[in-house]
Amino acid sequence: METQTITQEIGETAEAVKTPTTELTGSEALLEALIVEGVETIFGYPGGAIMPIYDALYHYNDKLNHILVRHEQGGIHAGQGYARTSGKVGVVFATSGPGATNLVTGLADAQIDSTPLVCITGQVFAHLLGTDAFQETDVINITTPVTKWNYQVTDATEIPEVIAKAFYIAKSGRPGPVLIDITKNAQIQKFDFAGYTQCDHIRSYRPKPIVRPQYIQEAAELINSAKKPFILWGQGVILGSAEQEFKAFVEKSGIPAAWTVLGAGAIPTDHPLNVGMLGMHGNYGPNVLTNECDVLIAIGMRFDDRVTGRLDKYAKQAKVVHLDIDPAEIDKNVKSTVPVWGDCKETLPMLTALVDKKAHTEWHNKFKDYTRQEVEQVIHKELNPTTVEMTMGEVIKQLNEITKGEAVIVTDVGQHQMVACRYAQFNNTRSNVTSGGLGTMGFALPAAIGAKFGAQDRTVVAIIGDGGFQMTCQELGTIMQSGIDVKIIILNNRFLGMVRQWQELFNARRYSFVDIESPDFVALAAAYRIPGRVIDDRKDLPSALNEMLSTPGSFLLEVMVTKENNVFPMVPQGCSVSEIRLK
Amino acid sequence: METQDNDKQEYNITVYTENQIGLLNRIAIIFTRRKINIDSLNTSPSEIESIHRFNIVITESEEVVRKLTRQIEKQVEVLKVYYHTNADVIWQELALYKVSTDVIAERVSVERLLRENGARVVVLRKDYTVFETTGHREETDNLISILQPYGLIEFVRSARVAIIKNSEGFNSKLREFERLEPGEDVIENEYLNKGQKVFTM
Repeated sequence: METQTITQEIGETAEAVKTPTTELTGSEALLEALIVEGVETIFGYPGGAIMPIYDALYHYNDKLNHILVRHEQGGIHAGQGYARTSGKVGVVFATSGPGATNLVTGLADAQIDSTPLVCITGQVFAHLLGTDAFQETDVINITTPVTKWNYQVTDATEIPEVIAKAFYIAKSGRPGPVLIDITKNAQIQKFDFAGYTQCDHIRSYRPKPIVRPQYIQEAAELINSAKKPFILWGQGVILGSAEQEFKAFVEKSGIPAAWTVLGAGAIPTDHPLNVGMLGMHGNYGPNVLTNECDVLIAIGMRFDDRVTGRLDKYAKQAKVVHLDIDPAEIDKNVKSTVPVWGDCKETLPMLTALVDKKAHTEWHNKFKDYTRQEVEQVIHKELNPTTVEMTMGEVIKQLNEITKGEAVIVTDVGQHQMVACRYAQFNNTRSNVTSGGLGTMGFALPAAIGAKFGAQDRTVVAIIGDGGFQMTCQELGTIMQSGIDVKIIILNNRFLGMVRQWQELFNARRYSFVDIESPDFVALAAAYRIPGRVIDDRKDLPSALNEMLSTPGSFLLEVMVTKENNVFPMVPQGCSVSEIRLK
Repeated sequence: METQDNDKQEYNITVYTENQIGLLNRIAIIFTRRKINIDSLNTSPSEIESIHRFNIVITESEEVVRKLTRQIEKQVEVLKVYYHTNADVIWQELALYKVSTDVIAERVSVERLLRENGARVVVLRKDYTVFETTGHREETDNLISILQPYGLIEFVRSARVAIIKNSEGFNSKLREFERLEPGEDVIENEYLNKGQKVFTM
C-alpha cells in the first residue's frame, strides 16, 4: 500500500532514520485521507461543530469539490446516488446534533440497500460529551442500528487509521454506510502526521466468506439435473461488478433470469434470457413460475418480503441454490438446499464452468405465454392508453424511445417507481437508482444530483411523484447553485398514488389523506432559475421530452397523468406470488 | 418460518470480540430489535489480551439462535460466535449472600446449612457476614430460600459464565484471524454436512 506524505520537501530535510512527518490538524489529516482515497466530491452542510473541517476545506477547494446541499438528508441521498452510479464510496459531511440526526433516514436507506458511504459528522468538544451541550446528540448510539460501522474520534492522532478503516469497511464485502463522529477538539488538535496508509485488513472482519469448491460442485449438479430452473438476481451482481460473469452464466446455462428492483440493468432489459421483474409489482411469469420451477438459483439477492410474498407458499416445490457474499442472508428468509457463500464475481465463473449448455426452450415458452397474457391484459393499455389523460407507463415508453435506454433513471417511491422499474429500458448496469429496501420518499431529487456526479457523461433523469417531490424539493437550490444537469420529470396524479391504490383495493376506497395538493411546480423551478414545462395532452409528450433532454442544464417537466390508475400486476400483501392479480 | 414456543430452550451464545466502545450496544440491539430478552449477559476479558468474551443466554429456538449468531458475527469487531445448548457447556453463576453475623453465631444450623450448600465465607465482620456460592440457578436459588428465614440482608448473583465442553480454546483461531488470508473455515451447512456432523457457526 502506498503511503503518501504530503510535504515531501520537509520529509527530505528531516533525519533519514525518522519517518517524515508534518504537523497537521485533525481536519487537515481528514482531508488528506480523503484525497488518497480518491474522493472527488463531498456532499455536505456546515455547522458549529464541524467548522474546523470546513475551515480546512477552504484551503483544499482545488482538490476536493464540495457541494453545498440544502438539507443533510439531501446530502446523504446525493452521496447514495453518487455511490450507486460510480461504484465508489459516497462522502457526506454534516454537523453535530440536528445535522447528524438528519442523516439517519439516508443511513437506514444505505444500510438496507448496501450502499457504500462514509459520513463525517462534527461533534461537540470531548470534554462536553454527555453534558447536553449545544447541538450535542448521541450520534453513535442513534446510528448504530443503521450503520455497518461507526466510531467516535476524540483525538486527532486516531484520524488516519480510522478513516482508512472507514473506507475499507464501507466498500468491501457487502458494502454499507459508515459514520465517523469527530469531536471539535480533535478537528483542531495538531499532531505529527506520518502519511496515510489505506487499510486492507481488519483482524475481526471477514468481508468475504471463503469459497468452497464443494458447494459449487453440488450447485452445478443440481442445476444440471433441473428441468425447470429459474434464476433470480439482485443488486449483488452489480455491487460485485460481476455483470459479465453473470451474463456468461445465464447465456451458457440458458436459464430464464428475473431481477429484483435493485438488480435491474445488470444485464440489459431486452436480453433474450431476461424474463422480467420479480415481486409485488413485477411481471406475471416470473411470479407465477417461481412456484413451478424445480431449481431456484438466487444470486446476490435477499428474498425481501416484497419479492417473496407469503413465505410459507413461496417456491416450496423448488430446491434452492443461494449465492451470497453475506452469510447472514443464507437461510434468513428462504431455506437453501445448497448455499454458495462467497463473492459472486468468484463463484459465478466457477459455476459457469461446471454447468451444461442448454436452451430450456419449452420452459422459456411458458414465460412467453405469461408475458403474452400480461401484455394483453395490462401492458398494452398502460403503454398505449385510450384514456384522455396520460398514463405513467406511456411517459416511460416515450422516454425509452428518446434516450434509447442509455439514461440513468433515478426514481422516488410509489406508483411512478414501480411503473418506471417495470417499463424503463436499461442497456447498462448502474442505471437504475432507487430506494428499494427502505422506500424513502424524497430520495430521487437529491439522489439524482449525486448520480450525475457519479456518471458525469450520462444523462440523468429523475422520475418523481408529486408527493415525494415535495419532501426534498429544497434541493432545487443545490441544482441551481452548483449548476447540475439533472432532468426532472414529475408524474403528477394529484394523489399519494400507491397508498390510494391500496385504499381502493383493500380499504373499500376510503381515501384517507391521500389527496395531496401541489404548488405550481414549474413556477417553483423557475424561482430556482430552472426552466420547466407542464403538459397534460399526450400530443405534447414527445416534444416536451425532447425539449427537456435538449435544454442545456437542468429542466423540470411536469406531466399530468390519470388520477386513479393502478399499478398491475400486483401480489397483494399476505398472498402467494402465484396469486398475483392482473387487475 | 415461524417457530413454535415448544422448540425453545436455553442457548449459550459465546462471542469473541475486539475490546471496542459501543460494541456492547451493537450486539445488544441485535436482540432488542427482534424483541428477544437477554436472560443473562456476561462480558469480560478473555484469556487472550485485548480480546473480550461475551456469554449471552437466551431462550429461543435453534433456528432463531442460528440467525442471531450470524447477525452478530457479521459485526465488524466480532471475531467469532458459537452457540450451544446447556448440555454442551459447563456453566456457573456466582452468588453472594449477606447475613447477620449474630444469627450465624447463635444458630449452629445455619452454619451447617451453608456448609451443605458449599458456601464459603468471603467477609466476616462483627455486624454481617458475606457468603459466596457458585452453581446453577436452582442451586443459588435454593440457598436464598434456606437463608430467607434467618434474615437474608442482601443477595446478588452474577451473569452466567460457560465453558464449552468441546472446544480447543481461541488461541489458534486468533492466529488464523491475524493472517491476511484465512485458512478454510468449516461452515455450517446442513445439506453438505449432514453425514459429517460438522458443527460451528
